[in-house]
Amino acid sequence: MANLADLKIGEKGEIVGFTDELLSLKLLEMGCLPGTEVVLTHLAPFGDPIAIRVSGSYTLSMRREEAETMLIKRT
Amino acid sequence: MAKTPKIALIGNPNAGKSSLFNSLTGLNQKTGNFPGVTMEKLTGIWELEPKRPVEILDLPGIYSIYPKSIDEELVINILGDPEHPDFPDMAIVVADASNLKRNLLLFSQVRDLGIPTVLALNMIDVAENEGYVINSIKLARELNVEVAEVNAKKGIGLNGLKLAVVKTLANRYASNDALPLPVAEDLIQEVQAKFGDGETYRSLLWLMEHDRMKMFSTQQRETFDAIQIKYHFSSKKYQSEETVKRYEQITEVVDRCVINLNRQWDAAPVRTWTDRLDKFFLHPVGGYVFFLAILFVMFQAIFTWATYPMDAIDGGVAMLNDWLKGVLPDSALTALLTDGLIAGIGGVLIFIPQIAFLFLFISLLEETGYMSRVMFIMDKLMRRFGLNGKSVVPLISGVACAVPAIMSTRSIGSWKDRLITILVTPLMSCSARLPIYTVLIALVVPENKALFGLFNLQGVALFGLYLLGFFMALVSAWVMKVILKAKEKSYFIMELPTYKGPRFKHVAMTIFNSVNAFVFEAGKIIVAISIVLWVLASYGPGDKIAQSEARVRQDNPTLQGVKLQNKISAEKLENSYAGLFGHFVEPVIRPLGYDWKIGIALITSFAAREVFVGTMSTIYSMGGEVDDENATIKNRMRAEINPLTGKPMYDAALGFSLLIFYAFAMQCMSTLATTYRETKSWKYPLIQFGYMTALAYLSAFAVYQLLS
Repeated sequence: MANLADLKIGEKGEIVGFTDELLSLKLLEMGCLPGTEVVLTHLAPFGDPIAIRVSGSYTLSMRREEAETMLIKRT
Repeated sequence: MAKTPKIALIGNPNAGKSSLFNSLTGLNQKTGNFPGVTMEKLTGIWELEPKRPVEILDLPGIYSIYPKSIDEELVINILGDPEHPDFPDMAIVVADASNLKRNLLLFSQVRDLGIPTVLALNMIDVAENEGYVINSIKLARELNVEVAEVNAKKGIGLNGLKLAVVKTLANRYASNDALPLPVAEDLIQEVQAKFGDGETYRSLLWLMEHDRMKMFSTQQRETFDAIQIKYHFSSKKYQSEETVKRYEQITEVVDRCVINLNRQWDAAPVRTWTDRLDKFFLHPVGGYVFFLAILFVMFQAIFTWATYPMDAIDGGVAMLNDWLKGVLPDSALTALLTDGLIAGIGGVLIFIPQIAFLFLFISLLEETGYMSRVMFIMDKLMRRFGLNGKSVVPLISGVACAVPAIMSTRSIGSWKDRLITILVTPLMSCSARLPIYTVLIALVVPENKALFGLFNLQGVALFGLYLLGFFMALVSAWVMKVILKAKEKSYFIMELPTYKGPRFKHVAMTIFNSVNAFVFEAGKIIVAISIVLWVLASYGPGDKIAQSEARVRQDNPTLQGVKLQNKISAEKLENSYAGLFGHFVEPVIRPLGYDWKIGIALITSFAAREVFVGTMSTIYSMGGEVDDENATIKNRMRAEINPLTGKPMYDAALGFSLLIFYAFAMQCMSTLATTYRETKSWKYPLIQFGYMTALAYLSAFAVYQLLS
């Protein structure tokens, strides 16, 4: 299954789940709920950290290893 | 008279909480400390009605009531504990209307804790620009609270907020016993039987977060653990399901109260300024170029513009001292006042211009939202060394002065990353090292030589010292990363806020508060140490000091004027406690190539390294005009002969040994005082002093032994 780190700039995905319980708590609170649409908007130099747009409302940055814990379905 | 009600300001980071705080309280603010926590407590008075003040408490920005880092723990320790001295009578939750759902999550948690709550809707204009129209009257009815529309930055809507607060304070809050999700029937009853009645959600919060709450003893924590096991209750699972459930409810409410014009008109999403600016600021090449340009301007300001007020302060203190010495009788008390106390205070005041400039830039970068972009592009590089993207700012600031640099580490969420940053920042070559570098480089590096026929060799040496400091900071950080154990997992899940114009009032207040904190907190300690040092340098055992003058006159019958005075001062210094100490430490510093005279300079420059040059000039008892002071020190030091070898004392080996020593040594009382202030423990300033001194000693030893 694809995870958030697999996206390329401009690609969209829909969150389907998480693989890390602790990080998922933080991400859920930040509005990254299953079913939410995310778009990869920026990559820092060396491709890490990354930044995504969460359901069109704000920009969230996270490290690549953290993005790998977010499972998505490409849309 | 009734006691002043306390209102806590709560909200997501970047929701406009501090803007609202400033709009409500104006200059009626004071900073203090929360008991036992490394955080600044900001409170202010707001006149609700004439003669009816309320106390506003600004709490750190959080996304949820469940803390994810040590800094965030503070909020539940206050809101979850009715016995806490800062427990509020009510709360104002500030919500960013352009990101309503995420902001309402925190609101719903605070309300369920049983704290009477008003919702302040901020940034409605931003939401409307993005095509969202919010029916706040309907929202108030749906959420069953008072809702006030405000523009925190411009201070609009404060009367509506007052009304909402007055109404909420007057009404007894109807407690809400429902939980977001059901739990085993007897679970809450058992918690309440053992720990007292209260809001149901609060009892559940205790059960889930007891480890992070200071109100519970170890024994009580074990009881909580036992209850969790008995009912097969998993906090993480509950919190995750609770968040999902709350978002479901919030989505339903928001769908009823907010109209999305974009959807209705099927318009393309607006391309905002933030998107356009980020294209440039986050660009893999352009982003770095812009960041370097900002740094360049910042250093210009700190090293060039700040010189004028610093010279003025220096001159002013000197003038005051001269005047006092002229007016007051020539006594030990006068000397203590002028050379001890006032000189010490002057040593504190001189840092103000650099601190003010630095915080002007840093708060402008933070206000506009650019700082989080810097962290974003630097995180990967810094992480390799146990630092994080947020360490960039303090390290850069350290080149000016470690004091404000350490103060700026407050934005680093992870305690371990912050601690490492605090500990290594003083290795960056600060402006106080510059005069020492200049004098010593002039002594040991040939003047008119060029490297590759291009660069001035002395300039290269100076630049090399700055690089060496930065390199050593990274290496030390890496070592500490391996040694220190993290209490919490470091993560970088961070909002990139939209760009905003700076609020100049807020910038001014940040500068004022930082300068204020430095002058009064660090200043106390610096002044105390300066006085102690002055006493040690002015008094000695027996009557040797008293006889110094007669002895010098006797030994040097031809000397006159300034030269005689300097010789006398040098003789007095040698016989003072400081001088004795110089002789005492000589065996220790001998391997580095230093004699007792340099020993005195090392001791006197302990409080502030810039004292080195002054002490050297006193010891080598040189006179001369003020404007070519450095040249004279150089000549005197160059003429100094090593009594053991008969060759010049300041050869390359000694010069480089001293340069390296001063590059690494922790010789700054202000920095240690600031580290103490920021870590609330003597342990860390001691560690900092210890490892840097060891590093300086060993490196200087290696350099001297290799070169001599």
